[in-house]
Amino acid sequence: MSSTFLGMPAAPPRAPYGEGNLRGDKKFPKAAHTELRNEQLRENLHRATHTIRAKRLAMTGELPDWEQLRAAGSAIKTDTMNRLPELLEQLEEKVTAAGGTVHWARDAVEANAIVTRLVEATGSSEVIKVKSMATQEIGLNEHLEERGIQAHETDLAELIVQLAHDKPSHILVPAIHRNRDEIRQIFLKGIPGVDPGLDSVPAHLAAAARAYLREKFMTTKVAVSGANFGIAETGTLSVVESEGNGRMCLTLPDTLITVMGIEKVLPRYSDLEVFFQLLPRSSTGERMNPYTSLWTGVTPGDGPQDFHLVLLDNGRTAALADSVGREALNCIRCSACLNVCPVYERAGGHAYGSTYPGPIGAVLTPQLAGMHEAKNDPNSSLPYASTLCGACFDACPVKIDIPSLLVELRHQHTEQSGTTAEKLAMKAAGAVMSRPKLYTNAQKAAGLGRVIAGRDRKISHLPPPFDGWSESRDTPAPPKQTFRSWLASAEGAATLRKAAAEGTGAPSHPSTGENPEEQR
Amino acid sequence: MRIGLFATCLGDTLFPDAVKATAIVLSRLGHELVFPPEQTCCGQMHVNTGYQREPVPLVRNFAEQFGDSAIDAVVMPSGSCAGSVRHQHEIIAERYGDRALRSGVARVKAKTYELSELLVDVLGTVDVGAYFPHRVTYHPTCHSLRMLHVGEKPLQLLRAVEGIDLVELPEADACCGFGGTFAVKNADTSTAMLQDKITHVTATGAAVCTAGDSSCLMHIGGGLSRIKSGTRTLHLAQILAATRTTPYDALTEAAR
Repeated sequence: MSSTFLGMPAAPPRAPYGEGNLRGDKKFPKAAHTELRNEQLRENLHRATHTIRAKRLAMTGELPDWEQLRAAGSAIKTDTMNRLPELLEQLEEKVTAAGGTVHWARDAVEANAIVTRLVEATGSSEVIKVKSMATQEIGLNEHLEERGIQAHETDLAELIVQLAHDKPSHILVPAIHRNRDEIRQIFLKGIPGVDPGLDSVPAHLAAAARAYLREKFMTTKVAVSGANFGIAETGTLSVVESEGNGRMCLTLPDTLITVMGIEKVLPRYSDLEVFFQLLPRSSTGERMNPYTSLWTGVTPGDGPQDFHLVLLDNGRTAALADSVGREALNCIRCSACLNVCPVYERAGGHAYGSTYPGPIGAVLTPQLAGMHEAKNDPNSSLPYASTLCGACFDACPVKIDIPSLLVELRHQHTEQSGTTAEKLAMKAAGAVMSRPKLYTNAQKAAGLGRVIAGRDRKISHLPPPFDGWSESRDTPAPPKQTFRSWLASAEGAATLRKAAAEGTGAPSHPSTGENPEEQR
Repeated sequence: MRIGLFATCLGDTLFPDAVKATAIVLSRLGHELVFPPEQTCCGQMHVNTGYQREPVPLVRNFAEQFGDSAIDAVVMPSGSCAGSVRHQHEIIAERYGDRALRSGVARVKAKTYELSELLVDVLGTVDVGAYFPHRVTYHPTCHSLRMLHVGEKPLQLLRAVEGIDLVELPEADACCGFGGTFAVKNADTSTAMLQDKITHVTATGAAVCTAGDSSCLMHIGGGLSRIKSGTRTLHLAQILAATRTTPYDALTEAAR
């Protein structure tokens, strides 16, 4: 053993957090306060989430092996995360062998630069896009626009959001916050040459978008997509979608650039059997999505002849380093958790401030982008944007225990927050409650709450931080007697003797547990 | 059976009637109750708010108070506190406890039940001899439903109550919006959830909205009280404690 003093071992280098659309400008309660006043949003969200909940339950309920499928999905994803580096290298090797080119992007900045360079190399000033969470996350459209390249979203809802210069509010239904009259206005303003007599009949709105998009599909030489799955074993990429716009983008252009989060890799081709069942049933409540595209590198004479895969980290390695939190990387972006979440249903997606809203966003966003990047980081409020009701865990097709992850992230937040008024209060409460004598004294003090109650024994106003509570809820005045003092009283003993006599059992009186022999 | 009664800090201090009713039901069924006097709180509020060091003494105290092998089962009139004991105590013990705490937690966890679980699963009783001639609707609390998976057990107990007019609560499985400190930190969103719950509760025309957790009932009841609704909240145990000889009204009079 060397006697040299080496000092404290340095912390291992930590993977950096991601950048891009992963942080709002307000904390959740403040953002939700604004969104809750949007009646249109509340109504749309209620209708949409309730419809899709019913469809999802019907489609998952009809499969006798649904729980086994969930278990399989969870197991495959967990295995994937446990050997992510080797699977990614295998994917790179297979994609390259099939004629594609693989690029590695540490973060949003690198990914945007790679895609821009590739588009510029084709000489095109336009790209068509398949709906993709990864490119939303890195803010690709905005970046391309700065470089004079126009990105056209081709998914109907994404098109609506883009033409309105808006942000998506749902993973799957990004324009969930818009109604048909608003969409008509957006199209009249945003689609060049649209019929000025356009009405708000959904089929007419869809036809207007279709005519506009068809021209883009036929003339644009470069497409950018995301990927739902990437198969390490074969180098195959896959996109699932409903409208056929994805199929157009993936087959018509000369150049295809796919941006894929590194957690989207799956080990084997046969794993798709599990996920092609889990995803559509959880996502849209369909047995199968209308379009499933699979491609492997380049096929001479068929489809894009120049294929690039950009593998995006952007905070995923940072999340992988957290032994508890990494489970969030198992997410397949089905959005079932959003649709069942009572908080999402009221506050909407924008309140989360991130590309990833809802329960999964509340655990994924702080892990990808951090929650202590600045004082009062809005992301630090996300783990608290939940009642821990557990509906998300029940709905998740890969069984991510989101409530437990939320509790874990709350703990990480308090650990890094130093001394706060809340922490002091929690310490005090813990100290009192761990000393039974102090606890019974505190109970007596709580009884003093009776003096602030009205004649109806109700407390209708409380000071901050409880004023939000008392704005819509009465609080009962503490009773004269705690349970334990009742139990120790003659009245308590008599009541329980009477109850025992009333039943069939032998008379009993509670023992204190300290001397069980006495009771025998 | 020798049953350890955990009053929960909220039940002991603010809602003693629910705990009294629990004791009455179990006494009536002929079981021996043990009330370890040093019991305090399970630490759920700490853990759910992000504090895991502070509740270590609470977790230890719970394991010590109820670890006695002479106690066959531990019951509490709260799905969320039972959920905390069964799902959170081992996380705390694993991270900040010692070996003694870890084994103590594992021992006590295995015999901890929420009231309906104890009655139906352990004691094998569905009909507890209760009489409650009122219209009642049942709200399944989130932690009893999705953490403990109590399923139909509370409804089985309620259906066996003589004279009861049990009506289904629309969208019963939706959270009431309480969530502990959530209702304080995110009061606006919580209120929006509460309003929907109250709308559904009042639509049933029930005289009583019941549940297995005083915390959710405090929330729903607080909202019902504010709109001066005719529906009041009562813990499941309070309905089960009422009998023909000691009906509910007499029960509250005696408790005052």
